[in-house]
Amino acid sequence: MYDFTSLIDSITSYFNSNFSPFVAGLLLMLLLGVAILAFYAVLGLYLVYAERKICARMQNRIGPNRVGPMGIFQTIADLIKLLLKELIYIRNADGFLFNIAPFIVIVASIMAIGSIPFAKGLQAIDLNIGVLYILAISSMGVIGVLIAGWASNSKYSVIGAMRSGAQVISYELSVGLALLCMVTFAGSMQFSDIISSQQDGWWIFKGHIPAAIAFVIYLIAGTAETNRGPFDLAEAESELTAGFHTEYSGIKFAFFFLAEYMNMFIIAAIATTVFLGGWLPFHLYNVTFFNNIMDYIPPVFWFFGKTAFVIYVMMWFKWTFPRLRIDQLLALEWKYLLPINLMNLILISFLTLMQWHF
Amino acid sequence: MALLKEIGNYFHEIYDGVASLVRGMKVTGKYFVKSSEIVTQQYPENRATLKMFDAFKGELILKHTEDNEHFCDACNSCARACPNGSIEIISKREVGEDGKAKRTLDKYIYHLDTCTFCGLCVPACDQNAIAFSQEFEHAVFDRTKLVKQLNQPGSKVVIKDKHETK
Repeated sequence: MYDFTSLIDSITSYFNSNFSPFVAGLLLMLLLGVAILAFYAVLGLYLVYAERKICARMQNRIGPNRVGPMGIFQTIADLIKLLLKELIYIRNADGFLFNIAPFIVIVASIMAIGSIPFAKGLQAIDLNIGVLYILAISSMGVIGVLIAGWASNSKYSVIGAMRSGAQVISYELSVGLALLCMVTFAGSMQFSDIISSQQDGWWIFKGHIPAAIAFVIYLIAGTAETNRGPFDLAEAESELTAGFHTEYSGIKFAFFFLAEYMNMFIIAAIATTVFLGGWLPFHLYNVTFFNNIMDYIPPVFWFFGKTAFVIYVMMWFKWTFPRLRIDQLLALEWKYLLPINLMNLILISFLTLMQWHF
Repeated sequence: MALLKEIGNYFHEIYDGVASLVRGMKVTGKYFVKSSEIVTQQYPENRATLKMFDAFKGELILKHTEDNEHFCDACNSCARACPNGSIEIISKREVGEDGKAKRTLDKYIYHLDTCTFCGLCVPACDQNAIAFSQEFEHAVFDRTKLVKQLNQPGSKVVIKDKHETK
């Protein structure tokens, strides 16, 4: 439970010793793909369930409570319903693009999961440019959204997709700069290096106030990147019915829905890794007894606990704040977040240069 | 100086925005923690204690006294007020004690299946004879059961004192 390196190594060596290198690589890839897909589906379903429960509590309701104890099988029932639904063929839609769009969105978020470190050794691929890779892959999703809106040949879809495009491209800057602040601190873009640089304290504590500012900006911009409320004007139910996925039905709609939640998980997982120490336990300086207890909790739990906290905060945002207008949205990014972020980056560069962080 | 004021306004705006957002999050955060704030009622479980509010329009009833007397003089006002024709008044002529023929209610037929619960019949009634009950579980397996006779069998109209006008 504490170190997955040996387990992963033994699996790899088992395949390598029993098969030819090519077949072994293929089988390993297959195994990994199945594992990630299963993880993706189960986590996506339970994020939907968590969202429904949390939003219900925030609106003084109970939420799903009929299917299974506390309604825990509600989203599984919903998934079965969606699987059985008809995939409606839109006559005037661009068939090829219309069909490929949900896959682009979901593939982008599955690829991003590959480089997230869940625990020591439990990471599909540890790229030396992990942060850059995540930023590049996660912005591929917006292509799917734009294609979906355009190919649907519907006014709501096009308006939703264009809004989404403007929004994601603007907020990408803030996400990138906020992560860049932490890359400056850690001195590396590799996730394993970023985590090991937080052995003696998470960056949000070590980096003084600038790190906290970067964290808040990252949360705001990350919420906007996933097209979630209060930045959900790409799908704005009251104005655009459902925005870019208005014309989609059945499992293709479910793909968009699932991808939205998994993007939220990815944003939260990166926040955890970069700002909150990833799978590292919480330590107090020089309190050995407390630290030993914290060490006893497996890293996987630390990772998912922190991620769940960040996801909870993002849901809290969604169910509290009213939706922004498109001009307010862009004003927030270009007039507030971006200048603050740039100043913050300069400040952090200075702090790093002077070695003033702990 | 104008520039300084602008800069001050800029940071003031940020502070105001963040403060109001935090205030909103406090409210929802409190709701999330406190389960006593939940207003949802779990219907089939609380059937025994469930009490509908006074203005609730469940289904139409003809009010009856303890002596099995109702107030309907079969004037047909409610049937005319009903936009769906859900009310049918079947009257009969009866010779009263004073030897005069009088129109009295024979059957008050209420079609629950076409009623939209608009409530126009109740204020249309001069005698204040009808009202809406709190009953709302209307589901039945046979639609003929939705056609109801509201006057109870053997009921009579209340004989009012002529001097005592309303």
